[in-house]
Amino acid sequence: MNLKPETLARIDEVITHYPEKRSGTLPLLHLIQEDVGYISDAAVEWIAEKLELEPINVYEVVTFYPMFRRKPIGRRHIKVCRTLSCALAGGYKTCAKFESEFNTHRGEVSPDGEVTVEFVECLASCGTAPVVLIDETLHENVDEAKAKAISDQIKAEAANRG
Amino acid sequence: MPAPAERRIIFKHIDEEGYSNDLACYQKHGGYQVLQKALTARPEDIREDVKKSGLRGRGGAGFSCGLKWSFVDRKSGKPIYLVVNADESEPGTFKDRYIIHQDPHQLIEGTMISCFANDVKQAYIYIRGEFPEGARILERAIQEARDAGFVGRNICGTDYSCDIFVHRGAGAYICGEETGLIESLEGKRANPRIKPPYFPAVLGLYQCPTIVNNVETLCHVKHILDMGPDEYLKIGTPNNTGTRIFCVSGHVKKPGYYEYACGEITMGQLLYDVCGGPREGREFKAVIPGGSSAKILRFGETFTLKNQDGSERVLKVEDIPLDFDTLAACGTMGGSGGVIVMDDSVNMVEALANINAFYAHESCGQCTPCREGSLWMKKISSRMVHGEAREEDGELIKSVADQIAGRTICAFGEACSWPTQSFVLKFGDEFKAYNEDKKTKSADRLELV
Ligand SMILES: Cc1cc2nc3c(=O)[nH]c(=O)nc-3n(C[C@H](O)[C@H](O)[C@H](O)COP(=O)(O)O)c2cc1C
Ligand code: SF4
Ligand code: FES
Repeated sequence: MNLKPETLARIDEVITHYPEKRSGTLPLLHLIQEDVGYISDAAVEWIAEKLELEPINVYEVVTFYPMFRRKPIGRRHIKVCRTLSCALAGGYKTCAKFESEFNTHRGEVSPDGEVTVEFVECLASCGTAPVVLIDETLHENVDEAKAKAISDQIKAEAANRG
Repeated sequence: MPAPAERRIIFKHIDEEGYSNDLACYQKHGGYQVLQKALTARPEDIREDVKKSGLRGRGGAGFSCGLKWSFVDRKSGKPIYLVVNADESEPGTFKDRYIIHQDPHQLIEGTMISCFANDVKQAYIYIRGEFPEGARILERAIQEARDAGFVGRNICGTDYSCDIFVHRGAGAYICGEETGLIESLEGKRANPRIKPPYFPAVLGLYQCPTIVNNVETLCHVKHILDMGPDEYLKIGTPNNTGTRIFCVSGHVKKPGYYEYACGEITMGQLLYDVCGGPREGREFKAVIPGGSSAKILRFGETFTLKNQDGSERVLKVEDIPLDFDTLAACGTMGGSGGVIVMDDSVNMVEALANINAFYAHESCGQCTPCREGSLWMKKISSRMVHGEAREEDGELIKSVADQIAGRTICAFGEACSWPTQSFVLKFGDEFKAYNEDKKTKSADRLELV
């Protein structure tokens, strides 16, 4: 595992938060996924050794929680809320707009590698539906027009990067 | 009757101009004074005050907070843990995130008071994974409070020490269930534990006595101590004390969050006067009053309730006072305060198919009735929408739901079957006629599943 020094430091710190090392499983998975982008077999084994567990103990956690992924995703992660209040406000249209803007399907990396669009369940912001979480930023009242504007901005940033 | 005025206690500073989420601002508004006062009291007296206040949990079940605290095994010699449930994942609920984002120190103060009252030396805030910014805000706020001596060693110069750490979930709804949450905090799959024997108050985190409380519940504790239990008791109605935050979403003109004394506002006042009524040209059709698990109410139905003197009263949906007990008497629940409104543009089969997809996705899979049942309910309702709907499908799907509740390890079994049971009971006509409805449905009807 080739982890950044900050990641390693945070890993050692977070383990001290718990009387039992195993509690470090979720925090370590988060830290490594943030650093590397996804959870590889090597990461599962590395965490197991670090926390004195069997790899299966880590693997079963990775496969249970929707936020952990076993494969790399696009540069930006677009999570559109699918649940009732957002759907009542047009969430399915919002998601379809992102898919068509990036010529992709839900759950896949877009052909340009720029985004992964996904449906997720209620993001606890139902009063400003439909909502979309892009990486760590919540966007509210995202109708089709706003989805288009956000997509344009992501594309512009990609073009600027060259 | 027009709606009464909002009574903002927990949300007093939410969206207030100039109010920021740092310690300096919180202290300028009297922050941490209640903690300092509490530290001079005896823990058992604080517990007594909370019991006397009548505070009921705001996470969903509405269980007495004081009673829950009284179940804690204080003789085991093991450490006692407190876990803040900041998983906020019941669809329709969006109150805790505002507290966390805009007033995190209110939560930290309420948590520290509750820890002191229960001899807790270590607390965790379990925050759902989809709140990365919230987790950072909390971590920063806890560090500020630690530096100022309100969290950590020798709090406010006393010999009481207690720390708080933030623990992030990773996108599973079942982590909101308290024993699933505990398993998750231990680094495992969030498979809920069977009760008995695993009542958190006795065998919780690391098999130690553990208190799990919702974010909002712990904020109320601060205000109970601040104003005293007798003053707090005056807010709301007997057995339904304090304020409630209603998170209104769906088809109203002004969705949002509104805080009222419990039971002082009716459903009609909330939806018409406060939220501006239905959209132009539309009528209210149905409302889910307490998060997506709560049984749906159909506008037009009536409820005959018993008064204390034995006489009866008849309530329409609009007349229901929003408290714990009346909603329960009407066959549903106040739950988490998430009010989801649907107008006459919505077809109930499609709305249910949306909800069923949620539960099928979120079942932890331990109990066969829940794992298979939630999947069958999703499959049947989505087949109705996307394929062929049969007249008897409503009854079929309800028969699946009827075989889940009461046969599972955790209350998710009830949570996933109540929507189907109540939708089919109250809108059976729409389930029977769905095929016909589909043929005539307008092309612009929103897709819900
Ligand atoms: C399926 C399920 C999901 C739940 N989700 C949450 C949640 O997201 N947040 C919460 O505070 N309580 C949730 N609860 C309730 C908790 O189990 C627990 O009752 C609550 O945290 C206790 O706190 P309170 O007494 O302060 O309300 C859920 C319960 C069940 C059965
Ligand atoms: S009822 Fe459902 S969610 Fe709860 S333990 Fe059983 S399978 Fe898991
Ligand atoms: S339903 Fe989308 S945020 Fe709650």
